[in-house]
Amino acid sequence: MKVTIDNITLEVEPGTTIMQAARMIGPEIAPPAMCYYEPLKGSGGKCRACLVKVTAGSEKDPRPMPKLVPACITAVQDGMIVENTVNEDVIETRKGIVEFLLLNHPLDCPVCDQAGECHLQDFSFEHGVSSTRTVEERNTFEPTDLGPNIQLHMNRCILCYRCVYTADQITDGRVHGVMNRGDHAEISTYIEKAIDNDFSGNVIDVCPVGALTDKTYRFKSRVWFSKPVDAHCECSKCSGKATIWYKGEEVIRVTGRKNMWGEVSDFICNSCRFDKKKTADWVIEGPTNVSRHSVISANKYGANLIKPAFPILQAARDYKQINDDRDRSFVGIQPALPKSKKK
Amino acid sequence: MKLSNRTKVVEQGEMTLAERMYLPAIVGGMATTLKHFFSKPVTIRYPEQTRYLGPIYRGQHILKKDEQGAERCTACGLCAVACPAEAISMVAEERKKGEEKLYREEKYAKVYEVNMLRCIFCGLCEEACPKEAIFLRHDQMVPVFSSRDEVIYGKDKLVEKMDQRYLREGWK
Repeated sequence: MKVTIDNITLEVEPGTTIMQAARMIGPEIAPPAMCYYEPLKGSGGKCRACLVKVTAGSEKDPRPMPKLVPACITAVQDGMIVENTVNEDVIETRKGIVEFLLLNHPLDCPVCDQAGECHLQDFSFEHGVSSTRTVEERNTFEPTDLGPNIQLHMNRCILCYRCVYTADQITDGRVHGVMNRGDHAEISTYIEKAIDNDFSGNVIDVCPVGALTDKTYRFKSRVWFSKPVDAHCECSKCSGKATIWYKGEEVIRVTGRKNMWGEVSDFICNSCRFDKKKTADWVIEGPTNVSRHSVISANKYGANLIKPAFPILQAARDYKQINDDRDRSFVGIQPALPKSKKK
Repeated sequence: MKLSNRTKVVEQGEMTLAERMYLPAIVGGMATTLKHFFSKPVTIRYPEQTRYLGPIYRGQHILKKDEQGAERCTACGLCAVACPAEAISMVAEERKKGEEKLYREEKYAKVYEVNMLRCIFCGLCEEACPKEAIFLRHDQMVPVFSSRDEVIYGKDKLVEKMDQRYLREGWK
């Protein structure tokens, strides 16, 4: 199936979503995702961050789709033309989406442990406006205790349901969900029941904001002062592949290994995450690749920074040989004198 | 070859006896010395005397408190990451119950240090601060120090004293 996204055409398998197709091209084209999480079945379609314009539905029916569609749950059709970064409507709508997501967000980034690796920060920085138009009091929730390992800040939650899907897909029996409706919706009792599971710590990794954070890491450091290192360990319960975060010589945090989209595919167990806080517990593979635009790369002088490949690829694709045999005599450069005239 | 017509050939004539004894040069030099002897000096006796530093001078750092006397700094680390000289370091701590009057947010800086030997007084920390906590004073320079132990300024030297608050023009 042929699909064109931002004037770039590529072949994809039937059943691919627009998001997946865009991600094949690269991070510069891919729409932002706040709720969609590829390893979690059923995620996506909630936050509307990935709305794109479909200017031609398919080869057979080339009418444009009347409204913007969420890229993460819309399957591509043959001959579909999608506009993401080149469409004014999409850019304007994203500003509104950011505003909606931040409507009840406390904006306490200086206090929040997620700051620096927060998807909501990235999203609002790249697509939002820097001012707030609301003066009303923001929704606040009573703090809920989720045990010794996980810290819940319901105020920061954007209701992406990622943690609910994680808890759903790693525990037996559905005992969790989002309580209440609309403005009052919150993840609560249900998620508390899932936290005695061995893999419950993964809700920290999937959370795009600082709503679910590591209590053992609470206020220990800022993300950009710690140094991520890829490591693995022998573990009977999980794959043991993790990223460990150093501050000086001390391991202050263990997280799952995130790919370029901030997604963990190898979920790690709680004993790896919360108990193995010594270098001796791990086999170090090497420093984690960090995007050079990320604040995590600040003050680190490593050569292991991801350089953007897209501009070079695009330049190579768009390169045209030009016929350059213009008359240059007006420049006034004297051609070298023939030898016979020189004396 | 001449490149321009502006060159001048300077010829010095034969020096007189007085000139050979340096008399006009000595008199001229002494006149200059005497003139400065009676004129106002351009230097001041620092550090006993100080100059007016101007309204936007970037001097010693101060960690502001709010009107209620609670510390504004929440140890977010933005000043430290903005600092080109890596002069700032901090350790954060969670606020306990009953400390609400001491610290504004649920996190505060237990340790906040500025290394004055490293600091280049660029003011980027002030610009980065989201909580309006750190400022470079316009009225006070970092005092002269004589040993290296004195140059790392901790919270004892940086935090604003409530009895001598730092206020700038334009602030309430």
